[in-house]
Amino acid sequence: MMKKNKSLRTLVYHGSIWLLGLLMIYPILWTIASSLKAENEIFRNAASLIPSEWNWENYARGWEGFGNLSFTTFFLNSTFVTTMVVIGTIFSSTLVAFGFARVNFRFRTPLFVCMIVTLMLPQQVTLIPQYILFHNLGWVNTYLPLIVPAFIGGIPFFIFLMIQFIRGIPRELDEAAYMDGASTFAIFWRIILPLTTPAIATVAIFSFYWTWDDFMTPLVYLNDTKLYTVALGLQMFSDPSSVSAWGPMFAMSVASIVPQLLVFLFFQKYLVEGITAGSVKG
Amino acid sequence: MAEQIHELNQKKHTSKMRSQLRLDLIGFAFIAPWLIGFLGFIIGPMIASLYFSFTNYDLLSAPSWIGLDNYINMFTNDDRFWKAIRVTLIFVFGSVPLKLAFALFVAMLFNTKRRGVGVYRTLYYVPSILGGSVAIAVVWKQLFGSDGAVNDILAIFGIPTTSWVTSPDFALSTLILLVIWQFGSPMLIFLAGLKAIPFELYEAASVDGANPFLQFIKITLPMLSPVIFFNLVMQTIQGFMAFTQSFLITNGGPMDNTLFYAVYLYEKAFAHFDMGYASALAWILLIICGLFTAFIFRTAKSWVHYESEGGN
Repeated sequence: MMKKNKSLRTLVYHGSIWLLGLLMIYPILWTIASSLKAENEIFRNAASLIPSEWNWENYARGWEGFGNLSFTTFFLNSTFVTTMVVIGTIFSSTLVAFGFARVNFRFRTPLFVCMIVTLMLPQQVTLIPQYILFHNLGWVNTYLPLIVPAFIGGIPFFIFLMIQFIRGIPRELDEAAYMDGASTFAIFWRIILPLTTPAIATVAIFSFYWTWDDFMTPLVYLNDTKLYTVALGLQMFSDPSSVSAWGPMFAMSVASIVPQLLVFLFFQKYLVEGITAGSVKG
Repeated sequence: MAEQIHELNQKKHTSKMRSQLRLDLIGFAFIAPWLIGFLGFIIGPMIASLYFSFTNYDLLSAPSWIGLDNYINMFTNDDRFWKAIRVTLIFVFGSVPLKLAFALFVAMLFNTKRRGVGVYRTLYYVPSILGGSVAIAVVWKQLFGSDGAVNDILAIFGIPTTSWVTSPDFALSTLILLVIWQFGSPMLIFLAGLKAIPFELYEAASVDGANPFLQFIKITLPMLSPVIFFNLVMQTIQGFMAFTQSFLITNGGPMDNTLFYAVYLYEKAFAHFDMGYASALAWILLIICGLFTAFIFRTAKSWVHYESEGGN
């Protein structure tokens, strides 16, 4: 009796989780289904997840893009910007975090507090003044406003994450190397950096996500359609002046999230660690 | 070994000044990237923007000083500013508690040793990976449109349908729903927090006859309070920053009913090129966020429970 009761409870547990889970990913499945439906089926048969006819044409038509600019351009642009931002973020977050976590310089604590405060600074507060600065530097309509901030610790969250991680590495390792006459930079390069690879992976994945997804920064700084990222390219579908082409729009929506889904599936372990590291250990 | 360290300490002591200077140089060299960014891209521009907020500035001609006019105008003569504040507050107060409650609920479901939980966690996290993207914003607009899938499903159950995203009454709720749907990050943080609660506490409580609800109130919530605090601060700030959803799905409408503060600020700055006014808006946003964060930190002492040991 007890056993039967338990297996019933297990069944109810898994059943309700699957049901709720389906509800959770329904919008994503729906997007994929709609991207394969013929134009006139998308709204006639809206809730259905199975297209009556598999229509791959939407992808070809969507990829053609607008005018002479195809999604090949947008994807290459996004790939370039994202790669540069990931490199910049790894560069700045590891160096700065090592400085804060391991070097006993003066003003370390007040500067650390400054960094934590900027962690909570809303992006919009610095958006206007930064725009004016970049405008005066002649950087508007280039990728510099998107990329340069990453190299100078633009997102303090990543520095914070690395600091938390480096603090967990036993100090004896540095001290032993110091005794052997290693310079501070050698300690950073040969001891700390190899040990922080999991944290670097986390930082890389997060900066990939946030850059790939970012809409506001490219929207503000990029005017030339040639420079558009995928996010801006997608937005052009919903532009009232362009003919609404729902099928191709959904197809490109799916295409735009494929890189994110792939990274998530292969690297989710690092993602979970990153999300929880900042809050629970800290 | 001990002798060596002793000797080293001695040496350190005698040339303390020089070695401190060396450490300063090394330390500043390492944090230089951030320091340059902090001074050049945050502090500098912010001081400049404080100045611009007292001027009339359109980027093309030189800023002209108008004193407090921007602020006076904003508070006494700008209905859309007050509307944006109201909409943003409703959005933050509506979405953050619901999102956190739902995240906690799901985290508790997953805090078990049953098989398959890893797969479920992945499944439930997917919306958070994609939820902020333009793709999903575009999709949301169609899902909740007048002939969208949501209406189709509601019609099956005989629930009256409407065009959710263009209805003045429901547009904001539709956006709140989109944000709640991205509950993945707080959920994972709660899950890690739940796993850190010693099981013995619950065992002891069971022995004392405490029912699950009482255990939740007396053990789970207090033990989770530091994590709740962290999530609350982060989500509140994110709420004030929300932009993409409103900009793409409803464009602030209908009748400004989803005019997020960030959208209004964007409009002033990049549609009207009123940089002076937009700077003033940005400073007010900073003050509002600062007040809320300070409030959460202030009250934290009374409800956030830190263990005396093991903390940082």
